[in-house]
Amino acid sequence: MSVATELPGFLSLAITVGLVVASGVTLLAGYRVIFGPTTPDRVVGLDTIATNVVAIAILFALQTDDGFFIDVSLVLAIIGFISTIAVARYVSEGDIIE
Amino acid sequence: MNTIHAALVTLFIAIGTFFLLVGTIGLIRLPDVYNRMHATSKATTLGATSLFLAGTIYFAPSAPGGAGLTSLVGIVFLFMTVPTGAHVISQAAERMGIEFAGDAVWPDTGESRPESPDESDE
Repeated sequence: MSVATELPGFLSLAITVGLVVASGVTLLAGYRVIFGPTTPDRVVGLDTIATNVVAIAILFALQTDDGFFIDVSLVLAIIGFISTIAVARYVSEGDIIE
Repeated sequence: MNTIHAALVTLFIAIGTFFLLVGTIGLIRLPDVYNRMHATSKATTLGATSLFLAGTIYFAPSAPGGAGLTSLVGIVFLFMTVPTGAHVISQAAERMGIEFAGDAVWPDTGESRPESPDESDE
């Protein structure tokens, strides 16, 4: 879980800045989830949060030099897609599996 | 890790972070749900894809554990699923009767509100 030591300084700086920005935009997307006036607004906000968490997982894989977190990001992308489809079908059709 | 390798990874991280920021600003600032998903589904996809490319370059595709190839699979997966998700959300918003912002209108009716769910069923 330690930062890889052989990375050049500008790369580890870029990874840190990317992590901070990705975490910040994830929090900002939470504004749309909480206040966003209609239900599809909230679904779009949650979808954006899912994609941003995928990005955070990739950046964390780069920071820790651990390729396993790429698999984590792929699984998070799958979960985000399925949950988006499920919620959209629930609010439009009334049930998920007919 | 030599300097050119690191510089390429840094470039893709910068591009990806920029697109994530633009997508989320669009999510917050744009006026209605159709515009918001227009911003997020494209910009956020490009951002996450660029970060996946950074992962592919960082972990070379032939690396043990296959992290680089998994990143390429993630790119393909994102490009297939994110437009599908945005389409399904917009379809749900249209079924729920969400209005357009401003003076945009639906093409058939000439109104900002879509047809009632009874008439527009499939």
